[in-house]
Formats: sequence, structure tokens, C-alpha cells
Amino acid sequence: MIFPILSVIIFTPIAAGIIILLVKAENQSLIKRIALTAVIINLVLSAFVYFRYDVAAAGYQYIEKIPWVTSLGISYHVGVDGISVPMVLLAGIVVFCGVLVSWNVDDRPREFFAFLMFLAASVYGVFCSLDLFLLFFFFELAVFPKYLMIVMWGSPKTRDYGGMKLTLYLFLGSVIALVGALAIYVGSGMNSFDMLELEKAGFSLEFQRIWFPFVFFGFAILSGIFPFHSWAPDGHVAAPTAISMLLAGVEMKVGAFSALRVGIMLLPEGAKVWAPLILVLATINVVYGAFIAMIQKDFKYVIGFSSVSHMGLVLIGFATLNNEGLLGAGMQMFSHGIMTALFFAIVGMVYDRTHTRDIARLGGLNRVMPWAAIGFIVGGLVSMGMPGFSGFVAEFPIFMGAWQTMPMAAVIAAIGIVVTSAYILLVVRKVFFGDLPEEFGGPPKENIQPEGSPSDADMMEKPKRNLPISDINVMDKVAVGLLVLTMIALGWFPSLMAPIVQSGVDRILVILGGI
Amino acid sequence: MDLLEGHLLSWILFTPTIAAVILLFIPGDRVQLIRRIALGASLIPLILSLAVWIQFDPAVNGFQLEEKISWYGELNAYYHVGIDGISLTLVLLTTILSPLAILASYNITDRVKPYMILFLLLETGMLGVFLMLDLMMFFVFWEVGLVPMYFLINQWGGKNRNYASLKFILYTIGGSLGLLLAIQLIGVLTGTFDIPELFVLWPNIGAELSLYGLPAETIKSIAFWAFVLAFAIKVPVWPFHTWLPDAHTEAPTAGSMILAGVLLKLGGYGFIRLVLPLFPVEAKYYAGALAALATLAIIFGALSAFGQSDFKRLVAYSSINHMGFVILGVATAAWAAGTQDAIIAVNGAVLQMFTHGLSSAGMFFLVGVLYDRAHTRDLNEFGGLAAILPVYGGVLIFISMASLGLPGLAGFVSEFMVVRGAWPIFTLATVLSMIGLFFTGAYVLKALMKVLHGPLNQKWNGKISEMNVREIFVIAPLMVLILTIGIWPAWIVDVINRAVMIWF
Repeated sequence: MIFPILSVIIFTPIAAGIIILLVKAENQSLIKRIALTAVIINLVLSAFVYFRYDVAAAGYQYIEKIPWVTSLGISYHVGVDGISVPMVLLAGIVVFCGVLVSWNVDDRPREFFAFLMFLAASVYGVFCSLDLFLLFFFFELAVFPKYLMIVMWGSPKTRDYGGMKLTLYLFLGSVIALVGALAIYVGSGMNSFDMLELEKAGFSLEFQRIWFPFVFFGFAILSGIFPFHSWAPDGHVAAPTAISMLLAGVEMKVGAFSALRVGIMLLPEGAKVWAPLILVLATINVVYGAFIAMIQKDFKYVIGFSSVSHMGLVLIGFATLNNEGLLGAGMQMFSHGIMTALFFAIVGMVYDRTHTRDIARLGGLNRVMPWAAIGFIVGGLVSMGMPGFSGFVAEFPIFMGAWQTMPMAAVIAAIGIVVTSAYILLVVRKVFFGDLPEEFGGPPKENIQPEGSPSDADMMEKPKRNLPISDINVMDKVAVGLLVLTMIALGWFPSLMAPIVQSGVDRILVILGGI
Repeated sequence: MDLLEGHLLSWILFTPTIAAVILLFIPGDRVQLIRRIALGASLIPLILSLAVWIQFDPAVNGFQLEEKISWYGELNAYYHVGIDGISLTLVLLTTILSPLAILASYNITDRVKPYMILFLLLETGMLGVFLMLDLMMFFVFWEVGLVPMYFLINQWGGKNRNYASLKFILYTIGGSLGLLLAIQLIGVLTGTFDIPELFVLWPNIGAELSLYGLPAETIKSIAFWAFVLAFAIKVPVWPFHTWLPDAHTEAPTAGSMILAGVLLKLGGYGFIRLVLPLFPVEAKYYAGALAALATLAIIFGALSAFGQSDFKRLVAYSSINHMGFVILGVATAAWAAGTQDAIIAVNGAVLQMFTHGLSSAGMFFLVGVLYDRAHTRDLNEFGGLAAILPVYGGVLIFISMASLGLPGLAGFVSEFMVVRGAWPIFTLATVLSMIGLFFTGAYVLKALMKVLHGPLNQKWNGKISEMNVREIFVIAPLMVLILTIGIWPAWIVDVINRAVMIWF
């Protein structure tokens, strides 16, 4: 037995969380340092797992298996394949950045960081689980930290509603999925929760057709599938910044990933039956999400709905059940996770300084927060699917996949891309360009000259006039820089990730074609 | 040396990007240093492309200096660059205009650093389109250039910049969406994105292709129109031109120079490089429609230009007028591929892209020179400036005459070739275009008269200064090139012609 790297990844945050809870609440800097150390360890380890993953060998690697409840066939069984390796890296990056942008949390930081650690452990656990019971165990582990963090640190107006809605929806989803999972367990007659064995169970077509929707849609609720998406914007907006990043960036992928792993990979024939419906719903996600995002007046809701739209593309990729579509979906899960984490981080930074998320009241922030502006623009370009960024190399294969199964879906979903461009550009312009409002340190209204550039030049000369807004701090810059570079690197060098995802997709294709 | 010689095209392509990254680390207040680095970095691609021009062998069939590296192996997409006579001409145009535009931007004082970074990225984006021989990569660069242009207009543009920039980007993104979908479709059906391979594969794909119950012809027609729409918006072909006057008018001077000088050529290049070879049957079928649209663009472009009182808007509409000739040449080639007429017409179209690039960049620059001093572009406010600005007047007349198509200057050669090629094929369209050319003369003379001649508007007397040395340095190379091509076009036509003979 070599170094149990996946277990270390999963249990480091749990250990850190427990240690943090034991520290005195006043000792804030120690708490933050413990959290930071834990996430750095995890980032390094997940990068190690990612870059040392053997693409040629493919399949599950870094496997650990310890019997747990032998009478029920439950074991602690973890391992990663080409689909989950990028997800582990994604979680590593997003959790790391989440801690960085939360550096200034001063309201009960002990509990905040402890819960954040538990949440991180849960997502790592889901991505690494090869045992159905273990997967559910980690899946549910996330519920309490999520709920508590939203209602305790969320935005005061909507946190009760948003937190409750999110939790209830997710409970509903996981209960439905659990029913399906138990049916799989019982139906297989193998007395095993081991997913690698359940894959070989050879369920009848009838069985698969009935139980596939339970597991798939149960988990897909967590990825925001239409019409069960409305928890996502409300929940994300109500949550504090780091949790929004984690919820939209990683938790939505937990849903999609589980739907793939448990739904499509265990019940492939059922997936074939239900794929057209999923494709239609996912296409609605893409277009509807984009249109709703366009009419939002709240900065954070725009991003919330954009997540709904983009997760639709992931689900389209799943539903194509072909090589290109699944490859794109795998890439898109990673790309969108990074992108939306960046979005929510920047929305949080803007809100911390302006105390408003009303787009109409914001403006000209590129003068005072250039880093945030650049970060948001890059995120926006990724979101538009602009070539040269990770969104393009992910969406392109998804569309190629859709062409092969349902061309109309490709054509209609393409409308979503144009609408996305429109709302991203509008938000960028309204929030980051134009005139800086007086309340945020802009020139008084009567002095604003009609021509844009002269007043801009004036601004440059005397910016030190006791501005209420400062640029983001070093921690934030590290987070923004890391996320931006990841997206650009992937956009220009898709071979950094595509071969790994492809090795996972090949396995799924064998399952889909092999039964 | 091998690193340089073996990857000459890659160096041309990425030198501006490298410079942009270097600029990122230079403090924003070192304005002179930033300008010098940007200018120096944009001169390197020019020198390298001149080296390519010398090294280039027009006698060789197909593409030269090719480089091919796997880019997105899972989708069979490659980083594949290479040039032939057509793309080399346009690469040279881009590398000539970029340093001139950067030199023209020395009067920008607001946020010089991001401005120059965007400009250099824009250059890489444009060069990539001309160099790429892989459809997916072609699309990547096709879109990459949009973003810097959007921000150049949106941040350094005129009063109406928000409207103009959003219109510009939504129009072009909307147009390229069809292109994106069609590229994906081609990729799905053929399993490759390699352009030289597709030249062989795609036109011959036929009977065995039946997708979603539709016959092959229908699918290819849809793909054809998706390509045409994307390129037609970029050119722009009437009636997809409405983004152009706004974008050109609101863009900063150097932005307009690049927009008119190079960005419009991306569309024309798309027609010649992709549409005609990939869709010969469909192109022939719809050639008449294209010729009609081209004629309308020529006539309406000229008439609209004549109706403008804003100097910059007038020049903007003139681009629609001139680019119409490029499309007329394309339509001729589509109809009569393989004949002598088609070859002359395509030669003319490519040369027209080059010469219009020179003259329109010059025109926009001269408008900018005037605006910098007078802070107005209203033609009715000027008059008689030739008396107090003799140098400026002379230069403006020279460039205007090139734009008008005066024999002896570059515009004449290319327009003559297009018209000569199109005459036997689309006689009526050509005749009407000639009438359009008459209106071209009318609006050019109107602009000259309003600005330079007549009684001097006294409010400018003593208030307006002559062109400075930097401005002369921007315009002089353009004038030299325009004159050289006008008198002795063979040096460039020979390079173009060989490539055209292969493809058409």
C-alpha cells in the first residue's frame, strides 16, 4: 500500500475543521492560517493527482479499498478516473481561492472556516467515491454546512428564504436519488454497494428504464436542471462569497458528476431511453437561463442564472451519450467551475466595497478596482465561449456531440451563446465602465463632462481624494490571478486536460456500447 | 537559427502577443517606453513578413512554410499555419498597417498601456486568420480579434461608443455563430478540420451523406449560407453593413484604420479562402445573388457616402462602396471558376483588398489628423483649408484620388481588374457598378471641396496647424506603396496570381 493520497485529500479538511473548532474563537489569525494550510496541502495534492494521473493506463487509479460494513456490502472504496480527476483539481483550486477571498471574514470566523472545511471534504469525498453508499454519505455531509453557512453568513435579506429553498430542493433531489440507488442495490442482488461491481450487474432494460430517472434527475436537481433550477440563483445569491463560489463552482458539478456516475454509468440502457428528454430540458436550461440572466437587475443574480444556463451545456453533453459530447461535458464542468467561482468572487469583492449589488447604482469600477474588472471581463469572455479561453474548448465538442444526436438542440442552444454575450457585455459595461458614481468616489455629477475621455483623464490625475473604494488586496489578487490563468491556459492548450477526460470518456463509451 | 527559420510564421503571429505580455509588467506611467515597445514589437512582424516575401516562391503549388502541431488531438484539430500568395499579401498588409496605426496612436494619452496591449493582441488575432489552415483554429483567431476591437471602440471611442461597440460585437458574434455551427457540422461529417484536406474532401462528399433525413445538397447549402453570412457581415455586404458606419465613426483613429484596413479584409479573405473552394457548386448556384448584392453595395455605399456631412462617416460608407468590388470579383469567380475571367477577377479582388487597405487606412488617418486639431468632423464647418494647410491638402488629395481610382494609383489597377473579369460574366452588374464608380468620384470630390476649397472659414485661420513629422511618417509609406502599385503592379500581382491560378 503506497501513500493513500485520496484519503489524505478527503480527510485533511475534516481534520483541519476539527482543529479549528478546538482553537479559541478570538485567535482569528491562527484559525485562518490553519484553514489556509489545509487548502494549500489539498491544492498541491490534487495537482499531484492530476498531473501524475496515468493517461495511458486510464481507468481508476489511486484506488484504496477497506471493508466497512461487510454484511451490507459497504466498503470505503475510493479512486479516480479521467472524469473525476479534473473535478478533484477543480475542487482544490476553488476551495483554495474560497479561503483566500474569505480572508477578511470577521463574523465568527472559527465556525465559518470549520464549516468551509467540512464542505470541502464532502465534495472531495463525492468525486473520489467508488462505493454508492460512500458517495451518498459524502453527498449528505454537505447539507448541514451549506445550510448553516447560508443562514448564518448570507446576505441578511434573503438568506432564510434562499437557504431553506436550497436545502429543501437538495433534500428532495437526494431522497429521490436514494430511492433509485436502493433499487439498484436491491435489484442487482449482489449485496454490494461497490459501483465497479454494480456496473457489471446487467440490469434488465425494463428495470433500467424505470429507475434511471430517479437517480439521474435526483442528482441533476443539484446541477440545476430545468425545471428544478430555481433553488440555484436564490441559494447562490443568498450565500456568502466563498460559499457561492463553492456551491456554483463545485457543488453543481457534484450533482452533474453523480448523475453521470450513478445514473448513466450504472444504468446505461435507461440513459439511452431518457436521453432525448434530458437533451430537451438541458437545451431549455441554456436558453432560458441566459434570457433570465439578461433581465436581472441584481449583479449576483445575473451570475446565478448564468450558472443555470451553463450547466445546461454540461447536461446536453451528457445526454448526447457520444464521444464528443461527453468529452465536452467533462471539460465544461471544469471550465464552468473555475469561471463561476471567479464571477462570484468578484461579485463578492464588489459588494464588500460598495454594499450594493444593484447594477444601476454601480459603474466605472475599473478605475478603482482594475484587477476585479480584468477578472470579471476574462470570466465574461469564458462565459461567452470566446475562443482562446477554456469555455470554447469545452463548448465546441458539446455542440459537435449535439449535432450527431439532435441538431435542433445545437441550433437552439446556440441562441443561448448570443444572449450570453449580450448580457455579459451589458453587465461589464454598466458595472465596470462608464462614470464612477459620486458615492463611490467619482466626480460630482455637475462636473462630469459630456465627452467620456476628458473626464476620464481628470480622474487619473486626482484619484487620491479619500476614495471610499480600494482595489482588491493581495489575497484576492492571488485568487483572481490563479483562476484567470487556469482558464487562459486551458483555452490555448486544451491538451492539458482533454486527454485525461478522454480516457474517462472512453470507459463510459465502453459501458454504453458494451451491454 | 532553426528556431527562427523553421517557425517564421509562428514568430510573425506571436511576436505581438509576446510584446503585449511584456507590456503587462511595465508601469503604466512610463508612457514613452510603452509606446516604443509597442511600435518596435509591431515592426518585427513587418521585417519577418518581408523576409517571408523574399523567401516565398510563387512557382510552388499550394501552401508554403507550413507548420503543423497537434492542438486539440481529441477533436483532430491542429495548429496548422501556412501561406500562399493570397494570404501572404494580406499578412503583409496587416504587418504594414499595424506599426503605422500604432504610430498614429501616439496622441492617445488616456491609459496608454491597456490601449497598446489591446492593439498588439488585435494584430495577433488578425494575422492568425490569414495564417491558419485549420478550420477550428481559423475560428479561434476569427473571434480573438473581436475582443480587443470591442474594447478599443468602447473605451477610446467617440460619444456614441457604447452603442457602436455593442452593435459591432453583437453583429459579428451573431454572424460568426452560424460559421461556428457550420464548422462543427463539417467536423462531425468529415472528422477533420484541416483546410487543405477539406478542399478535397468536402466538395466531393455527396450521395453517401444523408443526415437527419436531409439530402446532402440541402445540408451543404445550409453550411454555405452559414459561411456566407458570417463573412458577408464582416465585409460588409449590403444589407448587413449597418454596424460599419457606427463602429468606424466611433472608433479611435488607429482603430478605424485597422477596422477598414484589415478587419474588413477578413471577410473577403474568408470568401476567397473558404467559401469558393469548399462550396464550388453552391457558390455557382448563388453567384448571381452575390453579384447583385455587390452591385447594391457599390451603388448604395457611394450614394450614402455622398449624403453624409460627417467626414468620418463619409469615409466609412466609402468602405462599403469599395468592398463591393471585392465581392463582385468573388461572385465572378464563383460563377465562372476555371476561366480566364475568373482568374482576373479574383486577382483583382485580392489586390483590391490590399489597395483599399492602404487607401482607407490613409483616409481614416487624415480624418483623424483634422479632428485632432478642429475637434469637429462636420464637413460644413470646414472650407478653404488648402490655403493654410498646403501639405495636408496635398496628402489628402493624393489619398482621395487613390480611393477614387485615379489611373496611376493603386485603386485603379485593382478595380479595373475586377471590372475586366466581371464584364463578360455579369455585364449588367458591371455596368451598374461603373455608375457606382461615378458616384464614388462625386463623394470624394465633395469631401475635398468642402474641406480644402472654397472660401476659408475664418475661425480656423491661425488656429489649425500643419501636419507634424510623426504624422508625415505615418502617411508617407502608404503614399509610396499606393504609387508603386499604381505604376508597377506586377511585383504583387505575380505573387497573387500564382495562388489564384491553383485554386480557381
